[in-house]
Amino acid sequence: MANLAELGRIQTGVAVKKQRPHIALWVAGGIVGTAAVLPVIYLVIRTAGAGQEAWDLVFRARTAAVLGRTALLIATVTFFSTLVAVPVAWLTLRTDLPFKRTLAVGAALPLVVPSYVMAMTLIEAFGPRGILQQLLEGPIGLHRLHDIYGLGGATLAVVLVTYPYVLLTARGALRRVDPALEEAARSMGYGPVATFRRVTLPALRPAITAGVLLAALYTLSEFGAVALLRYETFTAAVYAQYSSALDRSVAASLALVLAVVAVVILIAEDFSRGHAAYHRSSAGAARPAKNVKLGAWRWPAFMFVLLPIIVGLLIPLTVLGYWLAQGLAHGRGAGPVWEPVRHSVFISLLAALATLVAAAPVAVLAVRHRNILSRTIERLTYIGFGLPGIAVALSLVFFGINIATPLYQTVWLLLFAYVVLFLPAAVGALRSSLVQVSPRIEEAAQALGRTPVKIMTSVTLPLVAPGILSGAAMVFLMTMKELPATLVLSPIGSETLATSVWSSASEALFARAALPAILLVTVAGVPTAFFVLRDPARRSMPEAGPIRPERTGAG
Amino acid sequence: MRFPRPFTSTPRPPASTETGVIHVQEVSVDYGGAPVLNGFSLLVRAGEFVSVLGRSGVGKTTALRVIAGFEHVNAGYVRLGGLLVGSSFIHVPPDRRRVGIVFQDYALFPHLTVAENVAFGLQGIDRREREARVRPVIDMTGLTGLERRYPHEMSGGQQQRVALARALAPRPVALLLDEPFSNLDRNLRSTLRREVRDIVKRAGATTVLVTHDREEALALADRVAVMGNGRVEQFGTPEDVYERPVSPEVARMTGPCEVIPGTMRGSVVITEAGEFPVVQGQLAVSESSVQVLMRAADLELGLADPETAEAGAFVVYREFRGEFTQYGVRLPSGMTLRVQGRSVARLPDGARVTVRTRPGAKVLVFPKTAGTG
Repeated sequence: MANLAELGRIQTGVAVKKQRPHIALWVAGGIVGTAAVLPVIYLVIRTAGAGQEAWDLVFRARTAAVLGRTALLIATVTFFSTLVAVPVAWLTLRTDLPFKRTLAVGAALPLVVPSYVMAMTLIEAFGPRGILQQLLEGPIGLHRLHDIYGLGGATLAVVLVTYPYVLLTARGALRRVDPALEEAARSMGYGPVATFRRVTLPALRPAITAGVLLAALYTLSEFGAVALLRYETFTAAVYAQYSSALDRSVAASLALVLAVVAVVILIAEDFSRGHAAYHRSSAGAARPAKNVKLGAWRWPAFMFVLLPIIVGLLIPLTVLGYWLAQGLAHGRGAGPVWEPVRHSVFISLLAALATLVAAAPVAVLAVRHRNILSRTIERLTYIGFGLPGIAVALSLVFFGINIATPLYQTVWLLLFAYVVLFLPAAVGALRSSLVQVSPRIEEAAQALGRTPVKIMTSVTLPLVAPGILSGAAMVFLMTMKELPATLVLSPIGSETLATSVWSSASEALFARAALPAILLVTVAGVPTAFFVLRDPARRSMPEAGPIRPERTGAG
Repeated sequence: MRFPRPFTSTPRPPASTETGVIHVQEVSVDYGGAPVLNGFSLLVRAGEFVSVLGRSGVGKTTALRVIAGFEHVNAGYVRLGGLLVGSSFIHVPPDRRRVGIVFQDYALFPHLTVAENVAFGLQGIDRREREARVRPVIDMTGLTGLERRYPHEMSGGQQQRVALARALAPRPVALLLDEPFSNLDRNLRSTLRREVRDIVKRAGATTVLVTHDREEALALADRVAVMGNGRVEQFGTPEDVYERPVSPEVARMTGPCEVIPGTMRGSVVITEAGEFPVVQGQLAVSESSVQVLMRAADLELGLADPETAEAGAFVVYREFRGEFTQYGVRLPSGMTLRVQGRSVARLPDGARVTVRTRPGAKVLVFPKTAGTG
């Protein structure tokens, strides 16, 4: 029975092979997880070595005041982001709003405008001697608008760049709410408004909470907009301490405080997610939701959705165009821009690639080999999500100066910062598309005689490709926009679009920042918008059933 | 009791047995394209359990949603408890119709406990009263002790009972069940089916069940409405629609059968499978050329006489099903007839056989024009 013997041999061969990639995977995952927490660890080491006077500086009254201001901004930003994003999500998904597809894309597009670009164009539009004031000066003799600088302006600018995050999570969640739930409430005597309040909103609550915490983290790490709008938050204080003071351990200590606040928010986010056992209670095809007829509210609702698009997208783009036209008309050169474009694109592509490579083992382990270790690795990579760019950058500066000296002032350290910062986005994108590929599919391919490598290339990769692409696009966009880490870690003399916008904007030479800003928005925005905003409902891949969170509320 | 607001001033006509609790007349619905419902009518009397049986895509769920108020009608009338709630010019929204629904996937509110889910429809009454109303429904549906659980902590059968309790608690005018058993496994299904019928009957609810499962439709209902394309083809007792189907389509939907051509000769019909006695007076069939309905359960097999077996029927397959053995019999024309054999003798594949009706059974015939589906 030679055949049988051969069969046996083949089977054992497969069984042995199957074990090997696991070890490599675990090692890779472990390295990535360690690398992700390295900045925090080093920050702690560095701070522990700081003298008493450094700590005195950290714990003075001024620090508390800055923290208070930061908390206030976080509160206003999250409040208004939710107020804009949730109704927009609902209106663009569940009603007969005119042009709702276009509006849905438009409303998420302020995502591609970097916060500092948003801030400087808002200053131009609404600030003293700005466009709005000049327009109003003639007809009604208005000479002074409400001051754009301070909390109000900072809130406006940061809301405009953060509400898209809340919008996208809310839209995703709203799409997963079974319309039968709403119909059940209607059949039990609840009107449309009561149904939204009692059924739809509670079902969205976990997603809204997650989106809000995301907005809070973003606000905490926000740097450019608040600096331009002269509202000093914690990141600005850290940066000021870093760039002015001689004793940089004070800056490190402040950065650690910032990181601790971020981790607290992050834990809150995790906590809120853990209790989110809100999923469809059983399988079965959901019938598509019927659109709510807005009636007389159609056009007011349309205006409501249009407003953030006008202020967050059309005004910034118009102002940038206006500056550019003026600069060209006056023959003022915009300075060398091709070098920054090249640098930006190069480093962003590199960051997207590196981040994806780092994210791959983490995502595979998290989806296919769930246990305490893989979950811990995944959690570790999420630290970068909460860490403000400035904190990571400072930590790496000290790391570069003291330990990794050959890397200091090279692009590699900057790249490392990007990977740490944007790893969560890549892991998330990979993870969610990997979850949809059932191991059964791979097993089917294996049973049909494909080798593991062949299965990877012919089955798994094509299926997760959309996730990989959108993850890469997301990292690319964020790297292009990233300012504080780039500012601190960029090798001297190599300018990116972000830093060249910043260097002009921080000196209030807005017109000179116009061209790089436009290039930045275009290069980062157009391709990214395509992937990030793509409607999941239109994916060719069949959508998997509801994904149940592994932790449930009372269980 | 909350009634559709636009009609509270109108005196409510008595919901007599004649008008029915649910009265749908000649309703048509289209979503801009081909009509989904086309002259759909249904009359359900107080306390009656009616099932709507049809293949997927014939519009049975749409019919249910028309009654509930989730779909607007293009033509026809929908009356609930004698009140007009839907027509081309009037549409009472679902929240004013007092109709209870059990959805196919139950649609339990995942953020509420069992007790909260059940109490959801009891608005505007005080807490004590509400608890007093919830308690008996919980007990009746056998959910006692599970009140504080969340839907995801329950089995499919338990979830279904919660959905039923939730729909019944507000004492609806009518209860609608949309394929409520389709998500349950086979063994659970028949137990739950009886349970649901018991609960519904005890609650005295007027009920419409929509299903594609003929066993379910026939076993549960007082009357069955068999749906064809957008309309009710036949409405009668389960026995009616099974034993006296008005068309081959209805016959196919209510039980396994084949339709073969035949020629009438007196009270028998002659087919390629043999001669069969015909049910008298069921349908006025004038032509001699007819379609003959052959129910698998009405037929039996005999071994053919080897002399004449040359061109006769033979066994092509045999499936042992426990209570009976199903045979596939190939007729000379190439058509395969299903026959339930109860004899102990095993007929091997290829065995030449004769087909005859069981003692006492007769076959139904339809005019040629009735279409073969």
